[in-house]
Parts: sequence; structure tokens; C-alpha cells
Amino acid sequence: MFDWIMESFYSLPVVMQILFKITLIVAPLMLAVAYTTYAERKVIGYIQVRIGPNRVGPRGWLQPIADAVKLLTKEVIVPTNANRFLFLSAPVLAIAPALAAWAVIPFDDGMVLADINAGLLYLLALTSLGVYGIIIAGWASNSKYALLGALRSAAQIVSYEIAMGFALVGVIMAAGSLNVGEIVLAQQGSIYHWFLLPLFPLFLVYFISGVAETNRAPFDVAEGESEIVAGFHVEYSGMAFAVFFLAEYANMILISALTALLFFGGWLSPFEGLLPESVFAWPVLGWFLDSGVHWFLLKTAFFLFLFLWFRATFPRYRYDQIMRLGWKVLIPVTILWLFVLGVLVFLKVGPWFA
Amino acid sequence: MTAIRNFFKTFLLWELLLGLRLTGRYLFARKITVQYPEEKTPMSPRFRGLHALRRYPNGEERCIACKLCEAVCPALAITIDSEQRADGTRRTTRYDIDLFKCIFCGFCEEACPVDSIVETHIFEYHFENRGEQIMNKDKLLAIGDRFEKEIAAARSADAVYR
Repeated sequence: MFDWIMESFYSLPVVMQILFKITLIVAPLMLAVAYTTYAERKVIGYIQVRIGPNRVGPRGWLQPIADAVKLLTKEVIVPTNANRFLFLSAPVLAIAPALAAWAVIPFDDGMVLADINAGLLYLLALTSLGVYGIIIAGWASNSKYALLGALRSAAQIVSYEIAMGFALVGVIMAAGSLNVGEIVLAQQGSIYHWFLLPLFPLFLVYFISGVAETNRAPFDVAEGESEIVAGFHVEYSGMAFAVFFLAEYANMILISALTALLFFGGWLSPFEGLLPESVFAWPVLGWFLDSGVHWFLLKTAFFLFLFLWFRATFPRYRYDQIMRLGWKVLIPVTILWLFVLGVLVFLKVGPWFA
Repeated sequence: MTAIRNFFKTFLLWELLLGLRLTGRYLFARKITVQYPEEKTPMSPRFRGLHALRRYPNGEERCIACKLCEAVCPALAITIDSEQRADGTRRTTRYDIDLFKCIFCGFCEEACPVDSIVETHIFEYHFENRGEQIMNKDKLLAIGDRFEKEIAAARSADAVYR
């Protein structure tokens, strides 16, 4: 039965195969995005000693579906003086890179849509492309608040892109490859082989700039509802707004997944190399303890939870504080650690660079 | 020295971690939300809700149209007209409370010498048409008749503190 399915799958034209794989990635991703919004409301609710949504369906599980239906049936209003073409293409520009970036994310050994050697460069390019959607949305709306939000967002992303890029340079130095799958394989061995230990400051810098890159609290000046209403998407309604929303959450999941891949060994099990090999042969528990896609998903979910935790904890940064943090703290830290890393690699230190 | 210590506290994200610890602890705290239509908070016998006009046990209305409630009402929500009835007693011909003006302070209840106008424990009500917010004498008496038991119980429960 399984052979027959695989055989008929491989007999399809290549384009169909790729389209099928894309569906296999994007459909669960969209579902995950929908339920991230639910998780966010629940987690923030719990931290604020509330219960959160619990009215739609059992325990509120259908809440995201209800939200989606509501947004789908609402009118998309295009302001009179807005540039209609740009106004409507901005949400597409925001979500397309967030989804396209998933092409090079390996879920398991070899389980990747496009196994390209410049994977990390592709990711860097696409994650910074997402800001175009925001800038165009702010400009095309022809609204002061939207324009202010777009300006803030542009400046912020340009500043944090540098720190993020430098953090990734550290990963490249440690792994010796730009291919995301090979970066994960370079962390094989045990939990001590993960890049978390030698690249710890870079991990912090990467995750902080990742939070900034996705315009999430405490770096959400681009939205800043208490200052500039909703920032770049004030004028958006209905599905056009929902697409921005989806893009933000897809980006969050992407950053979480990348952090898991680059610093926490992706699909590698934390018990690898610690437990004897015979343990992995146990029926169900062995499969769980062994490396696999479930570890990747668990790690991603953990970082996603951190995003929500941050949002519930930290007040928004002032604009000048954001700039100070980006330029005067994160970039010097990364450059310093790149030097340290160079020395470590040169001296072939520890289990990582031996 | 403190400047250096503060620098390292900030730089090593120590303060942020303290904040995260606090919110993380609240994540597991007991949730205090009351699931309103299913659960309700306890209600004092002094609760001041929708108004009612009471009757004596023999069916005679208590209100003697003394207009003390009208005089004391800080929101000017009460309007009373009175007339002498055939048996020689003074009674109201009109007793209106505008619920949009009413601030539910309970002064009318306290001013009433015969415990006629009272505020009940009813707070879940709504209006569907303009004008329905004016409670006239018939509506108020009807509420009083319907909830007399609860009204009397609340009064007697609170009587010891009066």
C-alpha cells in the first residue's frame, strides 16, 4: 500500500510533486499560525490570571476558526486617497516571504523542500524582504499613523538585520556551511555539541533581533497601539488585515524554527549520545527519545512560547532605546564574539571545532 | 561601583529574567475569572438594583405620595403626581423613574417613611425600545408583587444593621 502510494507519487510530474510538498508544508503551517493566535490569548490570559477564550467550542478550541470566518466575511475597505494597487499588494508582499522561507527549513534529516547550499543566505534575504510589505502598506495607506509605523519599522529592521546577520555569521563559522541541514548535522553528537554553548551570546542576540524583526513586543513600535493606533495596518480591514496578522505569526514561527535549527540542533534529540544506543530501540519511548521531527517541533513550540511570554512580561521599548540596543549593544557583542569564535576555531577547541 | 553593578545587571538580562520569573509564576496561579452566566458572585442583601414599589400584606399599596424620594433623588429621576382617592387617602397617580437618569444610589429607599420604594437585587434586564427605560407605577408595582418574598428577605437580613 505504502509502496504503491510512493510509486504513484513519483510518477507524477515534478511540478505536481513540488506543489504537493508545498501544500504539505503550508497547510499545517497555516493551521499552526491560527492556533498560535489562540495560544497567545490563552498564555497571556493565564499570565494575567484570566482564563482566555473558552466560549467557542470545547475550551475555546474553535476560536481561531471563528476569528477567521469573521475576518473573511468583513469588507476590505480601501481608503479614497490610497494607492489601490500597492495597498492591496502590500499584505501579499508581507506574507509571501514568510511562507517562502519555509522552503529551506529541514524538518528532519533530508526532509526539506529545497535542499540548497545557500540556504542561510536565502533565509536572510527573505526575512528582510518581509519589511517591504510593511513599508508599502504604510506608504500606500496615505495615512499619517501608517506612515509613521512604516518608518519606525523600516529603521528598526535595518538596525537589527545587521546584528542578526552577524549572529548568523557565527553559525556559519561554527558549522562551515550555509546549508541549513548541514548546520544541524554539524551539531550532531550530544547535547553538548549543539551550538548553544559556543555561540551562547550569539543565540541571545539572534533571538532578540528575531523578536525585533517580527515586530513583536517589546519591539512593537511599528504597531504601538498606545502611540500610533495600529501603525502600518491602521487602514486595513477584513482579510487584508488578516493576511498581515498571518504574516506576523508565520514569521514568529519561522524565527522560532530557525533558532531551534541553528542553535538547538533542530531535529536532534537532546538524549543523543547520553543514553546508550539500545534505549532508542525500545518500542514507543525509544522512538520518542530518538532524533526526529518531533524534537524540532517541540523546540520550535518552546521558542514560540517565549515570544508569548515576552509579550506578557515586557513593556514596549522607547524608539531611541531600540536604536541604542540595536547599534550600541547587540552589534558590538556580536563582533566581539565573532573574534572569540575565530580564536576558538583557530585553536580547535572543545567538541565543536575539533 | 553601583554603576558597574547596574550595567552588568542590565547587560546580562538579569532584570529581564526576574520579570520573566514573576510572570512565569503567575502563569500557574489560580485563575480568578468568574464564568458569569454559569457562575455568579455572592450578592449582598443591600444590593441596589432595579426598583420596585411594595404593598402591605392586605394588598394596599404602601406609597402615600409624600414625595420625599422625589425630593432626595440627586439625579432628578423620579416624577410623582398625587391625588386624593375616594376613601380620603392620598395616593400617587403617576410614579415614574427614568432608569437612564437613575444612578442607583439608594437614597429614595432610605428616604421612604413606609418602605414603599425599594431597590431589588435584579440587575439583569434590558430595554428594546425607546421609552421602555421609564418605569411607571404599574411596572414598579408588578416587580414589587413578583419579588415581594426576596425583597422582604433582604430587608430582614439587613435590618439588624440599621
